[in-house]
Amino acid sequence: MDVCLERLLSRRRFLELTSSGIGTAALATLFGQDLIAQSGRASAASGALPGLPHHAPRAKRVIYLFQSGAPSQHELWDYKPKLQEMVGEDLPPSVRGNQRVTTMTAGQERFPLVPSKFKFSRHGKTQTWVSELMPHTAKIVDELCFIKTMHTEAINHDPGITFFQTGAQLAGRPSMGAWLTYGLGTMNSDLPTFVAMVSKGSARVGQPLYDRLWGSGFLPTRFQGVKFLSTGDPVLYLSNPVGVDQATRRRYLDDLGALNQLKEEEYGDPETSTRIAQYEMAYRMQTSVPELTDLSDEPESTFELYGPDARKPGTFARNCLLARRLAERDVRFIQCFHRGWDQHTRLPEGITTQARDVDQPQAALVQDLKQRGLLDDTLVIWGGEFGRSAYCQGVFNDETYGRDHHPRCFTIWMAGGGVKPGVSYGESDDFSYNIAKDPVHIHDLHATMLHLLGIDHTKLTFGYQGRNFRLTDVHGRVVGDVLA
Amino acid sequence: MRMTPYWLVVLVLIMAVSVGGSHAYRLEAGLVQAAEEPVDFHRDVRPVLAQTCFACHGAAEANRQADLRLDTSDFIGTVVLPGDAEGSSLFQRLTTDAPIGRMPPLSSGRALTAGEIELVRRWIDEGAHWGTERAFIDAGAGEVVGRTVDFGREVRPLLAENCFSCHGPDEQGRQVGLRLDVQEGAFADRGLFGGPVIVAGDAAGSLLVHRVSADDPLRRMPRGGEALSDSEVETLRLWIDQGAGWESHWAFIAPERPVIPQVAEADWPRNAIDNFILERLEGEGLTPSEETDRATLLRRVTLDLTGVPPTPTELADFLNDDAADAYEKAVDRLLVSPRYGERMAAEWLDAARYADTNGYQTDGERSMWRWRDWVINAYNDNMPFDQFTIEQLAGDMLPNATLDQKVATAFNRNHSLNSEGGIVPEEFLVEYGVDRVSTTGTVWMGLTLGCARCHDHKFDPISQKEFYEAVANFNNIPERGKGFKYANSPPLVTAPTVDQQAELEELDVKVDEARAALAALDVDMLAAQRTWEASAAEVDGLDWVLRDGLLVHHAFEGDIAGTQTTEEIPVVLEDGLPRFVLGRIGRAAGFDGRRFINAGRSPDFGDNARLRRRQGLEQDGAGIHDEEFSFAVWVYPTARDGVILSRADGGDQGEVGWGLYLEDGKVRLNLSSRVLDDGVAAESVADVALGQWQHVVATYDGSKTPSGIRMYFDGRLQELTPLNDTAGNRLTVSRFPLRIGASGSDKPRFEGRIDDVRIYDSVLSRSKAAVVATAESLSEIAALDPGQRTVAQNDKIRLAFLEQYAPPEILKAVRQVAELERERGELWASFPTVMVMEELDERRQTFRLNRGAYDNPAEEVFPGVPAMLPPLPQGVEANRLSFARWLVDSGHPLTARVTVNRFWQMYFGTGLVKTAENFGTQGEYPSHPELLDWLATSFMDSGWDVKALQRSIVTSATYRQSSKVTGDQFENDPENRLVARGPRLRLPAPMIRDQALAMAGLLVEKVGGASVRPYQPEGLWDEVVEGGLEYVRAEGDDLYRRSLYTFWKRTVGPPTMLTFDSSTRETCIVRTGRTNTPLQALSLMNDVTYVEAARRLAERMMTEGGTTPEDRIGYGYLLATAHRPRPEAETILVNGFRQHLDRYEMDRGAAVELVTLGERRRDETLDVAELAAFTMVANLILNFDGTITKE
Repeated sequence: MDVCLERLLSRRRFLELTSSGIGTAALATLFGQDLIAQSGRASAASGALPGLPHHAPRAKRVIYLFQSGAPSQHELWDYKPKLQEMVGEDLPPSVRGNQRVTTMTAGQERFPLVPSKFKFSRHGKTQTWVSELMPHTAKIVDELCFIKTMHTEAINHDPGITFFQTGAQLAGRPSMGAWLTYGLGTMNSDLPTFVAMVSKGSARVGQPLYDRLWGSGFLPTRFQGVKFLSTGDPVLYLSNPVGVDQATRRRYLDDLGALNQLKEEEYGDPETSTRIAQYEMAYRMQTSVPELTDLSDEPESTFELYGPDARKPGTFARNCLLARRLAERDVRFIQCFHRGWDQHTRLPEGITTQARDVDQPQAALVQDLKQRGLLDDTLVIWGGEFGRSAYCQGVFNDETYGRDHHPRCFTIWMAGGGVKPGVSYGESDDFSYNIAKDPVHIHDLHATMLHLLGIDHTKLTFGYQGRNFRLTDVHGRVVGDVLA
Repeated sequence: MRMTPYWLVVLVLIMAVSVGGSHAYRLEAGLVQAAEEPVDFHRDVRPVLAQTCFACHGAAEANRQADLRLDTSDFIGTVVLPGDAEGSSLFQRLTTDAPIGRMPPLSSGRALTAGEIELVRRWIDEGAHWGTERAFIDAGAGEVVGRTVDFGREVRPLLAENCFSCHGPDEQGRQVGLRLDVQEGAFADRGLFGGPVIVAGDAAGSLLVHRVSADDPLRRMPRGGEALSDSEVETLRLWIDQGAGWESHWAFIAPERPVIPQVAEADWPRNAIDNFILERLEGEGLTPSEETDRATLLRRVTLDLTGVPPTPTELADFLNDDAADAYEKAVDRLLVSPRYGERMAAEWLDAARYADTNGYQTDGERSMWRWRDWVINAYNDNMPFDQFTIEQLAGDMLPNATLDQKVATAFNRNHSLNSEGGIVPEEFLVEYGVDRVSTTGTVWMGLTLGCARCHDHKFDPISQKEFYEAVANFNNIPERGKGFKYANSPPLVTAPTVDQQAELEELDVKVDEARAALAALDVDMLAAQRTWEASAAEVDGLDWVLRDGLLVHHAFEGDIAGTQTTEEIPVVLEDGLPRFVLGRIGRAAGFDGRRFINAGRSPDFGDNARLRRRQGLEQDGAGIHDEEFSFAVWVYPTARDGVILSRADGGDQGEVGWGLYLEDGKVRLNLSSRVLDDGVAAESVADVALGQWQHVVATYDGSKTPSGIRMYFDGRLQELTPLNDTAGNRLTVSRFPLRIGASGSDKPRFEGRIDDVRIYDSVLSRSKAAVVATAESLSEIAALDPGQRTVAQNDKIRLAFLEQYAPPEILKAVRQVAELERERGELWASFPTVMVMEELDERRQTFRLNRGAYDNPAEEVFPGVPAMLPPLPQGVEANRLSFARWLVDSGHPLTARVTVNRFWQMYFGTGLVKTAENFGTQGEYPSHPELLDWLATSFMDSGWDVKALQRSIVTSATYRQSSKVTGDQFENDPENRLVARGPRLRLPAPMIRDQALAMAGLLVEKVGGASVRPYQPEGLWDEVVEGGLEYVRAEGDDLYRRSLYTFWKRTVGPPTMLTFDSSTRETCIVRTGRTNTPLQALSLMNDVTYVEAARRLAERMMTEGGTTPEDRIGYGYLLATAHRPRPEAETILVNGFRQHLDRYEMDRGAAVELVTLGERRRDETLDVAELAAFTMVANLILNFDGTITKE
């Protein structure tokens, strides 16, 4: 396999060469419509790499609802009655093993087990256990595919989030969406291929979310995600300055185009004609983005479905609704980050408000996609960067208890896009501490996601510093059992 | 040994695996091979025999078994009977079932596939014809001669790409023990494993060729990979037949100065660079482009050397200068401009991953700009590059290192630092060492050393062990894995600027003068003191308290309230009634384990906003250090546990704040912002005695480490045990009240007596700690004979005399000295610091890490350099300094090449080695290897003279060519690697902004200083983290500084910089792309930076450019491009202007809105409609392809 990658390198080198060279980059655009497409080496206009997709894709796009700060699986999805039986007892050392814990609790003298304060009950045809904190999501469990056995190596937020987004704990690698844009190109020439949105949780100050999480790493910068902002212009510098109307802008662009045209005639540099095209694309975005974010065409029923928060910019509900609108417009990779799940102490209060933020909108999004026939080819993923410990951090009572980071076992769910609905994959132990059966690593999730999009994760590579990098590094396994 | 059948089965299985496929598959392969065409010995059979038999039955006599050769035709007729395979002993030996006797022997690890055996059978049955040997070479019908193959350029890259990952330097990943990246391996006779891999002059006899061209997928290499193309195989064949010349990877051999080549067009070259370029062009049948016009040339070189365009005056002066060396004079002028250092530094900051924040999680602020100043100055002073290297990597280790040399070492502290709660510090300590080595490797050697972190390098001869030996050079510094969140983390130095140093010197003179004035007083000081002592001894109970820095004082003379420097705060007694008991001095407060004193909000220390501002850190909580303080108190404990005093509360996870406690008889000072992992604590080794009075002083110097804590019992320094060293946040601001005898948490309260509680805002010196612990009053001390007093008693009475009781002229002079010394202390504390490298006295151990994991150490390693490069000089100790010197040794093959290549890249967009970050075997072969070596050797021979190097490049004819694309130039050489035309490149991000500001007359030129915060859309940082750093936009001049001074928050870089392809500064980057995107268009059209610049440019056009729209627009165009517009362009712009003017005259409100954008006020004397229309034209000019491109 390594050798196989080596062979691919020579092709990738060509791509690298063409993407940074002056003239050849001339045909490039931000959104992946690069020269490859135009030189006929790939499927028309999409800008996909030659040979991609590797197989028939099940999903055309991804909506990733990333829950930053690491939501507790114990209070939401992974029902563990044993914790109730053993409340206050120490986590058996045999269970803890040699697990490294953060220095926040490594010094604790005891590791008392604490059960969920919240009740679980069974829902749907599949009779899936869901906590009372997620009443709306409970209604759609038959659409969901839970993975109860996610695991990671990171024990802190920054490396943990970076790992999920880029496949490596340290900064420097391209994000998932950048890989997809690089590999598959675009489906919409008026909007970015990869959009990231951030919302603030009600619970408490959240963990930071930085540019690298939707960055392009060592891939050319045009593959990076475009962050939609909740205040001001949705896309940086989208609006004309005050005093400049769209007619003036048009006139201006005509003049600029004409001037650049003269320059191209004089110098013969294809980069100049690309520039002309980019300014036209910018002009189109000035229309297409506001049209996208203007919700006035949404009926009342939409807001009933997503909840009243959907009217407020910057909320998770709003971003879920925008995610659906982006999906409708064939934006390839849509990421909604929701902050505030880091409940080291006073977890019950924090997780209640936090769950309230997301429950209705996320359920609404899945239903809405389904109603519109988009769920079949849209992969929805929900989850955080790790899970939380079975033992208590902080003062032990049912108001103040908290949970520390826990990388060894946690829960995420997926829906649509070619995954099996109504499935729960993997088994955690009685404490949701260790994995009893069928572990799924971040690399495996990435491999599976790429597979659903028609990509062999071992073949989507980029040569950099003498090495062929890929999203899954040298790991990753497609979790075949969750494929529909 | 007798083999048992079971043993055999196992062996066969092992062999099957080692050959790499299942039996069934091999049979299939054999069937596929069955074809109608007769078997040809040399094409079909010999390769099989070569691989499986020649080791023992080939040319090598020493290995030959049974005197049988199968590589000459002699065996036909002996072991092979033509036409009778079944009867031929060779065939029988190949096919027999008997384990003993079957060939090749099982122990050889070789076997023929069924298909190969079938081939041999057919060949024998068809008559066992020897055939013609030349038939082997199918291409070119036996023409062995052809082009001459260059090993370094053609063959090694082929081998590297296709073979090295399994047959390269990585010992663990190496297959079948075969190594092709070194000569010994490639030419080794592999004996039983198939004979010689490469036989010089004999491609047909070389296993390598057979394996890469085999039809059988089981035989063909690379295994599982795509086969080499016919032309690639042909390259290998030709190379071997031409003698298989081998040399080490070109970049690992020290460059020798090449002979300057002769060229046909001898008039064209201006210096040696041109000979090399032209030689190649002539070889390709090309001619260079004509020299570009002078205006374009001046703009090009001015941007390249200074990062801003020429002014109209500079342009006119140049165009009017008819001297033959006018251009050279202009270059010299630019090279001495202070802008030159700024321009060069901007490139270096990307490589050095410079930023103003720490990079992880909440990404707090740091202060490293003093290093940036150093870089700018170094370039401007034309510091030789070898010195530039040594000082940045190991300036601190130079003999008598100067402050500047220490500051230089910040290069390797520019990496990200993690201060997130809960991290495992050891893990990040490893990351920092790895980052330093990776960065140093990339910047100086063009090597991807980081690839050897987890295993031996796959492509370059660098072992994992050598990687960690390199780490050991950079690992020996007194640092923690967990950094401080909003501050610089040790080791650091205080680094005053030149101005600040002058200020300090000025103050030092004043201090000296004041001291001299005190000394010069015409008074016998001691006599005066004795006179006063005599009178003091007469007074009953005369005493004195050290007041310098005293913030809080509770004397408990019948009143629980104390004195504070700030307003009185109600002091209350809680959980009991006051009880005053006999004190050490007068009365004391009694405590019973329940009652305590709530002394309210005492003055904060550690929130000195003034200091922060002077250090250039404007953010709350961004103090470089916490502040210092001292606690002093008399205690008479009756229990071994109890809180003496605190400003702390019980958080969800334990106590937060600071406090002085008795813990099992020992005194502990604890400061924490989160109990388990964010704080500092230390505890006395000795116990305090119960049931007696003792004086306790605890001091803290604000350094956020337990080593910053001192304690004194009764004035005697105590040995301490460090308990916690996990500070990340600031520690000394506490929102909780001062409590005496208790804490806000459930810690046990004090039992016994407490007296004379004092808090000072500074670290009490040892002698002052003793003075404070001296209970005897002045009267009592005065009554003693001076010879009988203790040192502390003498100190106390002397201090009291000098501060309070001396005659007025002495008091005045003493206060003057004290005042100035305090001022000096504050001035020093206000100076910027910078994180630097420093060597630990005791070497920190470094280990090779299995799989690169911090918690999986293997053997210990020691500092060193990779064996494939020249060794350190004899007798030199391996450390960071010798490593730095080794890099710039004239025998080092990489440093000079890598450096000149980066400069070439800066001018031409692509380096002579395109992979500027990788000169290893996976890097690209140089387009002009001799030129590279000529530049590298000239550079070294010049004494690493950077400006001379720049000068030679920009004055070459190569550089001066027109960048117009003519004919089919673009199709033939899109990247301009042959340099048959001048460079035409979109400007790098900082230059786009700086140029716009310069054209607008907005650019504020001031070299050096702290980072500034120009325009940035609101809320960008808030989107990242709430409660983190706030972006406080600059005002005035700081909005218009050059872009290299823009504050760089690592996790959210300046947006326009990133849009135009700047590195994010998260890792070292020495080559950035140049994309062309609509986001760039939106930025340049709509960002207030460019709208304001356009308006200012419009104002310039209107006031300086003449009176007609044509003249004014022409002037703006000139400012941008160094040319007047051609008539067609002028028409477009002027027509555009008229239309805009029509619109703005009808809508003057819109015009006002547009021209009011930005902080700089508009010129009210200009008509707004006209100004708005010109603003639109100016903005268009700023967006014009010809403006943002270097031509």
